[in-house]
Amino acid sequence: MAKIQVEHLTKIFGPRPQQALRMLDKGASNQEIRETGNAVGIADVSFEVEEGELLVVMGLSGSGKSTLIRCLNRLNSSTRGHIRIDGEDITRYDREQLLALRRRKVSMVFQHFALFPYRTVTDNAAYGLEIQGVEQDERRARAIEALELVGLKGWEDSYPRQLSGGMQQRVGLARALAVKSDILLMDEAFSALDPLIRRDMQHELVSLQRRMKKTIVFITHDLDEALQLGDRIVLMKDGRVVQFGTPEEILNSPANAYVERFVENVDMSRVLTASSVLHRARVVAFPQDGPRTVLYKMNEENYTSLLVVERDYTLRGTISLEAAVEAARHGKKTIENLIEETPVIGPDDPLMSVINTLAGWRYVLPVTDPDGKLLGIVTRTGVISALAESPQGEGAAEGGEPVIDAAAVEGSEHA
Amino acid sequence: MNVMIPKFPLAHLIDVALNWLTTHFAFLTKAMSHGVSLVIVGITDGLLWLPPWLLIAAVSLAGWRVAGRRVGIFCALGLLFVWDLRLWEATVETFTLVLISTLIAVMIGLPLGIAAALNSRISRVVMPVLDFMQTMPAFVYLIPAIPFFGLGAVSASVATVIFATPPTIRLTALGIGQVPADLTEAADAFGSTRRQKLLKVQLPMAMPTIMAGINQTIMLSLSMVVIAAMIGAGGLGGNVWQAIQRLEPGKGFEAGIAIVILAMILDRITQRIGRNSPATHAK
Repeated sequence: MAKIQVEHLTKIFGPRPQQALRMLDKGASNQEIRETGNAVGIADVSFEVEEGELLVVMGLSGSGKSTLIRCLNRLNSSTRGHIRIDGEDITRYDREQLLALRRRKVSMVFQHFALFPYRTVTDNAAYGLEIQGVEQDERRARAIEALELVGLKGWEDSYPRQLSGGMQQRVGLARALAVKSDILLMDEAFSALDPLIRRDMQHELVSLQRRMKKTIVFITHDLDEALQLGDRIVLMKDGRVVQFGTPEEILNSPANAYVERFVENVDMSRVLTASSVLHRARVVAFPQDGPRTVLYKMNEENYTSLLVVERDYTLRGTISLEAAVEAARHGKKTIENLIEETPVIGPDDPLMSVINTLAGWRYVLPVTDPDGKLLGIVTRTGVISALAESPQGEGAAEGGEPVIDAAAVEGSEHA
Repeated sequence: MNVMIPKFPLAHLIDVALNWLTTHFAFLTKAMSHGVSLVIVGITDGLLWLPPWLLIAAVSLAGWRVAGRRVGIFCALGLLFVWDLRLWEATVETFTLVLISTLIAVMIGLPLGIAAALNSRISRVVMPVLDFMQTMPAFVYLIPAIPFFGLGAVSASVATVIFATPPTIRLTALGIGQVPADLTEAADAFGSTRRQKLLKVQLPMAMPTIMAGINQTIMLSLSMVVIAAMIGAGGLGGNVWQAIQRLEPGKGFEAGIAIVILAMILDRITQRIGRNSPATHAK
């Protein structure tokens, strides 16, 4: 079951929400509803967040994303629809249950940090615990633990004003982490930071998330940030969901013109990852193969090199055509000693770094998982055609799949 | 001049209402008056029982610790001068009156200010009443105060409280109203109750503004001392009042300068307390 389920959620601001709901049901536009003195915050929004997922809600200002995130801890109360957290409908919660939800289960990080200027860094981080009534000593210890987690050791007794923006937001993050809630709501958490610091914080959030596996709903208006962080992305416009999918899905098949316009400005080489141009390696060599076997395999597929793997697909390296020919002439039994060390890339590496690696290597590039097992291959032509296919590319290749058998093409390139 | 429209009997109506209130409630207010006057006399006697040099030293030390060396020195010199002018007793009486009035004003003003900040309906009722309280000439309050509280310091402090409470109410409401929305939102997001939000976020953030209001209340109380002397409140105001009646400008100025010194000491110290509160400190 999903951690958070949002079902047909609608939020109307204004004096007569019921009237606005009726108009919405008849298909009225936001503009028509605004003329009655009501405003549509969000309309009929549905999505799910899985446990441990980092979901990004993205949209321009006025798209309803802040309204949406505030519905998730009921800083805004929704007008219609349901929000289930761990299966419980929080839109029906009374005040007691709501306080318990905010104290234990959902915590929030704010765009402009919202730190308490009269409290030290530690007392800020301990705020949530103090509200829960945790003893002074314990809450201090837990706050310091959270501060260490975000890299603020040594700043415990400073005041927020003494910290830079990036550090202040770390305090904001520590305050949210200290209560050990399962769900983290991050409202444009990095938008107020300058680009370099923002990039740092994004990396850090990703690495924190890898360790902690929280369920995170992250709001942003920045597509690069969304693509960098999101396991999945909800794209919003005028209070409605325009597209909901993985970063790849949104980039590769924009649902409509709005998404396309958004995607236009993205540096494709940075956001597309190796996995999007990954191909299955159809033929591989094994270390105990004889040189003639290897030559046979190469000949069959018209390759100039083969990747060498163990039986469990742990990558060993590359055997080139020249080396195999040489070995066969000298009557070597196996290719064991002729394996060339090979650069590897991970499936999440951005295409930009893939291109750099490719530039210094003559053969196909293997993609491995963290354990060193071969996942597939990436070829120069594959990368280039993916970039050409992207919405950004000028005169992108007309239709069709990229390169069906990149390895073969790669092979003929060098043949 | 011939006026065609009959005069609206406002004065008569107010008198009738006050008479009614006096006959039915005077016993209560008189009893209260007795209690308050005991407190005032107690504090005054207590302060006068201490040797003046000791009190001067204590105030100067406090001024120095709170507001710095210069204020400390000013406290010492100013109070020694007042003592030398033989106005020590009157100054202590005036100080007590200001102290009691301010305490009562804060006790009324702080909760009212908080209520006005958190509830717009209360605010809509309270704010025009404050305009009325502040602009009505203070003398007018003295007249009905006498039948309720009798001649003397208590009536004076009641009139003073009415006149001096508005700034505390206004600036408390203003201070809480100015707490940035994202801070109150953060308090809510972590599951604060209304009370926790008030005590842990709104009041600490509003504290410098609230202290500015209390400072104003103290200054307004001091401005009432001469007026209060007209109904027998005593203190430095009494000396000024006497000097007016006997046409003794020298004595009038002596007492007037003592009031100025007291005002400056109270002002500098309370301003500093406002500025030193953590919210300003940390901004």
